[in-house]
Amino acid sequence: MIELLKEGFILVGAIFMLLAALGIVRLPDLLTRMHATTKAATLGATLIMLAVAIHFAQVAVVARAFGVILFIMMTAPVAAHVIGRAGYFVGSKLWSGTLKDELRPNYDPLTHELKSGRETEANARREPQETDPS
Amino acid sequence: MSIVILLSLALMSLALCLAFVRLFRGPSLPDRVVALELFSSILVGIIGVVAIATDVPSLLDVAIVMALMAFMAAIGFARFLERGGPRDD
Repeated sequence: MIELLKEGFILVGAIFMLLAALGIVRLPDLLTRMHATTKAATLGATLIMLAVAIHFAQVAVVARAFGVILFIMMTAPVAAHVIGRAGYFVGSKLWSGTLKDELRPNYDPLTHELKSGRETEANARREPQETDPS
Repeated sequence: MSIVILLSLALMSLALCLAFVRLFRGPSLPDRVVALELFSSILVGIIGVVAIATDVPSLLDVAIVMALMAFMAAIGFARFLERGGPRDD
């Protein structure tokens, strides 16, 4: 039973990694490629580390395997965010079928200034008041 | 070595080759950085499977260091890209 579970985890993890690699080859632009790789590769590595924990079943190894899982789960979103942000700033092209880019009209990539769409003369001159929500 | 381990190693090697295709072709630098990050994730998986196949638990330390290095490299590349400003490669 445990053997079966382990082999299932290994195979499913490897298949997810293959899916991530297929996604990075087939998808059309940077953001969709990141969407494929970060999630699928994280899930694949997590499943394989679970298989390692099941296989060895010692406290030290299980702790290290869960350490790897925790570390990957914590760093993968951060790395994806940082790369996606940098890619947007250096002007990587979006896919021609992209429907909406909400940052484009509101964001100045040189000064890193983000408009909220509510800038008016009256709002700019208004003093903070007691009743404002903080 | 059981058939499952061989099969999964083959699948992950194929994944490495596909990631290398993107690393080679990638039209811009961020694409290549994403491919490198995928490389490291696949390598963590391969190291895990090899640790199971050879019964050597110390290999997990290698996987930890691999994940750490990939994260640092991604952050460093992103900083480098943002400092560089608009570019066309």
